[in-house]
Amino acid sequence: MPEAARKASIQLRVNGKLHASEVEPRQLLVEFIREDLELTGTHIGCDTTYCGACTVLMNGAAVKSCTVFALQADGAEIATVEGLEKEGELHPIQKAFADCYSLQCGYCTPGLMLSALQLLKENSNPNRKQIRKAIAGNTCRCTGYQNIFKAIETAAARMRGTSHGD
Amino acid sequence: MYPRAFTYHRAGSLKDAASLLSQLGEDAKLLAGGQSLIPLMKLRFANPAHLVDLNFVEGISHIQQKNGALHFGALARHAEIEKSPTAAKIPILRDCAAGIADVQVRNRGTIGGSLAEADPSGDWATVLLTLSCEVRCSGIAGERSFQLSEFLKDAYITALAPDELVSEIVVQLPPENSGGAYIAFKRTAPVYPTASAAVQVTVEGERCREIAITIGCVGLLPIRVREGELALRGQRITAKLIESAADAARSAADPQSDMRGSSEYKRQLVGALVKRAAEAAFQRARGEQAEVSHIYA
Repeated sequence: MPEAARKASIQLRVNGKLHASEVEPRQLLVEFIREDLELTGTHIGCDTTYCGACTVLMNGAAVKSCTVFALQADGAEIATVEGLEKEGELHPIQKAFADCYSLQCGYCTPGLMLSALQLLKENSNPNRKQIRKAIAGNTCRCTGYQNIFKAIETAAARMRGTSHGD
Repeated sequence: MYPRAFTYHRAGSLKDAASLLSQLGEDAKLLAGGQSLIPLMKLRFANPAHLVDLNFVEGISHIQQKNGALHFGALARHAEIEKSPTAAKIPILRDCAAGIADVQVRNRGTIGGSLAEADPSGDWATVLLTLSCEVRCSGIAGERSFQLSEFLKDAYITALAPDELVSEIVVQLPPENSGGAYIAFKRTAPVYPTASAAVQVTVEGERCREIAITIGCVGLLPIRVREGELALRGQRITAKLIESAADAARSAADPQSDMRGSSEYKRQLVGALVKRAAEAAFQRARGEQAEVSHIYA
């Protein structure tokens, strides 16, 4: 085993806030978010690039943060579930998940909401097939997905009705 | 899960990456999208002492049309290809890009990384072998270029030298009246396909002028189905001939039994995929709409 590699400096913006940090090269982005920044809304599920519980947006694109090294996020804008709420107001996606009973244990929910956020930024009126495709990388073992589809449709409709674009 | 400790190097250019590979030797690996390499490192199946990160190199993720060909920078990500109007000029490329794994993996994974890894279950090689595709490589000794069929040597083995990397993939635009389709069958979105089929054709009225059929995940490398191509080339297109091409694919397949299915199951499956892909390819070549995608629950 090689001796522990030297730490390197990174600077990144998480939910709009700038962080400068020293990280070991092998530290994964999800561990950096959870352990160093103490933003524990981003979950580790399978830790093998399957389940999507660790999904965050990196420069607007959904990524599995268990499969990106923290060093690779140097200079990036990261959005996690903690950044969805604005001034004490839940994001329309969060409200719709609650209103449509779209979570049971809730473990997959933060990742699903971030995948939904990328979808709704690119397509304000997705059909059921497009929604299925957009969240195909997020596994939920409780709900059977039907109420999640409903929540994303509901959020899309509400976001079209308001100017809440982010 | 943490991989073994490694030293991280951020390449500033392709040349820089090649010289880092040359200096660091066999213990160094390139990091492109990382969607295969990082999981392998976390499981400690791969334990490189050095990683050379290509993600900060400028100008290697282009998707451009030049002189009758589409040029893809090695770092063009699947999602960028999926959404590119330029790449859509060859519809089979969009079928492939839009179906690989899931949104998150497509946002990171790259076409160059996929070809360089040469995983027998990968999607790109199977699709690109039905087209005229050149793989351009960059090393400290200079540039080299391979036809894709020459580039792929065996499962996980390519013509790349240890200090060489893929720089660009060049795909010739097919002639008028061409069409192609790619269908992969997966158990769920994030997993590798169980089997896949790519068919690219050129038609002349009712006849098939040119055809290429490749099947994936059913051998150590993607397999060209020459017998099936022979059955259709120059012939009037009929359901019976398409079925015989599907049969030829079942014979050409050399699948392994594994958790994705028995070898006999995969053999049957790949024939059905060739049939569907061929039907869609002929429709597209005639200018009709045909929507195909990866199939999963």
